[in-house]
Amino acid sequence: MHELAVIQGVVEQVTERLGDTRVTAIHLTIGKLSGVVPDALRFCFELAVADTTMDGAILEIDEPEGRASCRSCRRDFVLQHPILLCPCGSADVSVISGREMLIRSVKVA
Amino acid sequence: MCATCGCGDEAGTRVTLLPDPGVAEHGHHLDGHPPHEHDHEHDHRHDHRHEHKAEAKTDRTIVLEQQILAKNASLADRNRQWLADRGVFAVNLMSSPGSGKTTLLERTIATMRRPTPIAVIEGDQETPLDAERIRTAGCPVVQINTGAGCHLDADMVMRALLALNPQRGTLLFIENVGNLVCPALFDLGEATRVVLASVTEGSDKPLKYPHMFAAADLVLINKMDLLPYVDFDVHRFSADVHRLNGRTEILKIIATANDSLIHWVEWLTLALDRSGFVDDHLDRVHSSG
Repeated sequence: MHELAVIQGVVEQVTERLGDTRVTAIHLTIGKLSGVVPDALRFCFELAVADTTMDGAILEIDEPEGRASCRSCRRDFVLQHPILLCPCGSADVSVISGREMLIRSVKVA
Repeated sequence: MCATCGCGDEAGTRVTLLPDPGVAEHGHHLDGHPPHEHDHEHDHRHDHRHEHKAEAKTDRTIVLEQQILAKNASLADRNRQWLADRGVFAVNLMSSPGSGKTTLLERTIATMRRPTPIAVIEGDQETPLDAERIRTAGCPVVQINTGAGCHLDADMVMRALLALNPQRGTLLFIENVGNLVCPALFDLGEATRVVLASVTEGSDKPLKYPHMFAAADLVLINKMDLLPYVDFDVHRFSADVHRLNGRTEILKIIATANDSLIHWVEWLTLALDRSGFVDDHLDRVHSSG
């Protein structure tokens, strides 16, 4: 359940940046290959923000899909799993997106 | 709650340095806090009971674009620098519970012929049992108990490093909390990551826990002596590891049989040589000899 630690990290960073400013929404990007489960983040969120400037805030999460680029057939493709295999059969691929874990923005009152 | 300063310790993490091997005393409890100055008050800068007006008229959007794990990443970089400055080579050892991490470390301590000092940081949710085993094996050890936590993070490791104070040229093993999920995500500042799996766990583990195997520099398959008794497909396991991670090496071992650890010890020795810390180590040996 590393999602609790991840969401606590979000709370800490927002507090560091914004101090006492009341936050009404938090917008995250959690890539589908990141190893973090958005539903588990939502589950922990209420607990993590209790008695903070983010208490009652809305949590929005974008989940960009995994994408990779194949060096053999030079095509980009969607990566459903962290298994690095192109539909052409080549394993010589590099991940372009899907591993992101970002605090995009916050809304403040 | 920290007994020294009264500040909260919400994660409940405890760092305990065990006495030197051979000294029959209980470990000193370090209250699990980094050595920050305590001449200031830890009071809050604002009142939590003020009125929240959530339905405020005009909410403003502030763009942050910050990495969520930025804090752990910067603490991990600090650990890496701290370790490099002291010529300490750190191995983050990860596996599910019961794969044989502690047994492997006990045997590695006994098997390494090289005059390299070895130290261990043990991570478990509770109990100092593993640290006591390592201490009995004869090397300095610090136990981190994470309480509710399911993984070690860079901050815990720095607290353990300060307690351990490893000597120059040390080969440091960080035995992570037994868990194939969470530890994969947290950089500790280690030089290398080793993932241990055992044949009793089943050969589907790489595909079930891909993040762990994707992050490994070396994968060890333990308990090879039990292979005739279990349904474990070594080829399938190895092929799946390489589908996730083309650069990792795979070694088969029996942690309880010293002869089977030769390649593992060779791998460690080579990794240590490549790290560049070996020169410091040789200086130390020569100056003391």
